[in-house]
Amino acid sequence: MFRSRFHTIVLAALGVVALSTASLASDAAGSGADHSGVTQAAASGGWLEVLLFYIAAAAACVSALGVCYSRNIVRMAVWLFGALGSVALLYFLLAANFIAAIQLIVYAGGTLILLVFGVMLTSKSPWARFEARKIEVFGATVVSGTLFACLSLLLTRAHWATTDSAVAGTAMSALGHSLLTTYLVPFELAGVLLMIVMVGAAHLARQDK
Amino acid sequence: MEHIGLTHYLVVAAVLFCCGIFTMTTKRNAIGILIGVELVLNSTGINLVAFDRYMGPGRLDGQVVAIFLIVLAAAETALAVGICINVYKNLSTVDVDAASQLRG
Repeated sequence: MFRSRFHTIVLAALGVVALSTASLASDAAGSGADHSGVTQAAASGGWLEVLLFYIAAAAACVSALGVCYSRNIVRMAVWLFGALGSVALLYFLLAANFIAAIQLIVYAGGTLILLVFGVMLTSKSPWARFEARKIEVFGATVVSGTLFACLSLLLTRAHWATTDSAVAGTAMSALGHSLLTTYLVPFELAGVLLMIVMVGAAHLARQDK
Repeated sequence: MEHIGLTHYLVVAAVLFCCGIFTMTTKRNAIGILIGVELVLNSTGINLVAFDRYMGPGRLDGQVVAIFLIVLAAAETALAVGICINVYKNLSTVDVDAASQLRG
């Protein structure tokens, strides 16, 4: 039984990756003629960027589908770890060094550990399963599949006014300067929010009523 | 050799978003629903950073908003796990169908 479900997961992942690759290839063929002066100007990266992008994108898609299809909550957390790591790799490819590091430290290091602690504190046995009804799975598949089809159709047909020059990695000093000048009020609000959340979480999880 | 553009990243983000929606709607476990929310937030982060990289490099607006997104996700997870533990204390399960009363 496990083996057949594993095959289903692998087949679904391959289908999604093939679908996205095909749609992107047709998009590249179709939109190349429209604004060739802009997009063909500077090809940043080269073959290594393309290879790394496809590895990270395939890992992200397979991990996300693993989160969808695994019934065991611990397995879901492990698949989520894979998804977070590959999203961090995508951030590195987008030249956002600091965001990638934050993703690894806060998400993969903090949030995921919190989730695993939540799983350990709230499950009766590590093999506890929560089965959804067939009709619910069918409805969710229809909704999310239709959403993905519409989104990918929309995304591959849209023409973004992109500036496609090669960029260097983001300087952290520029990011900090932006945080403390333009985004000072949201920055302070985020600090107040974290304070409130810390007090609230400690209050919620305290021992005696 | 194909060139990696904005659309590639947006399609990956769309895959993550739809998987997150599927996870949120089919899981009975409250922590499982939380994992679906994390997937959706991650797809949003990819979108923000990709638009920052391809639409206005050097302006850093998308990256700053992505930092706020990560902060909000961490705060939301901390509170939600606290609520899940409280629900488990009261009902000895985290099945979201069992938690149908507002009264504790």
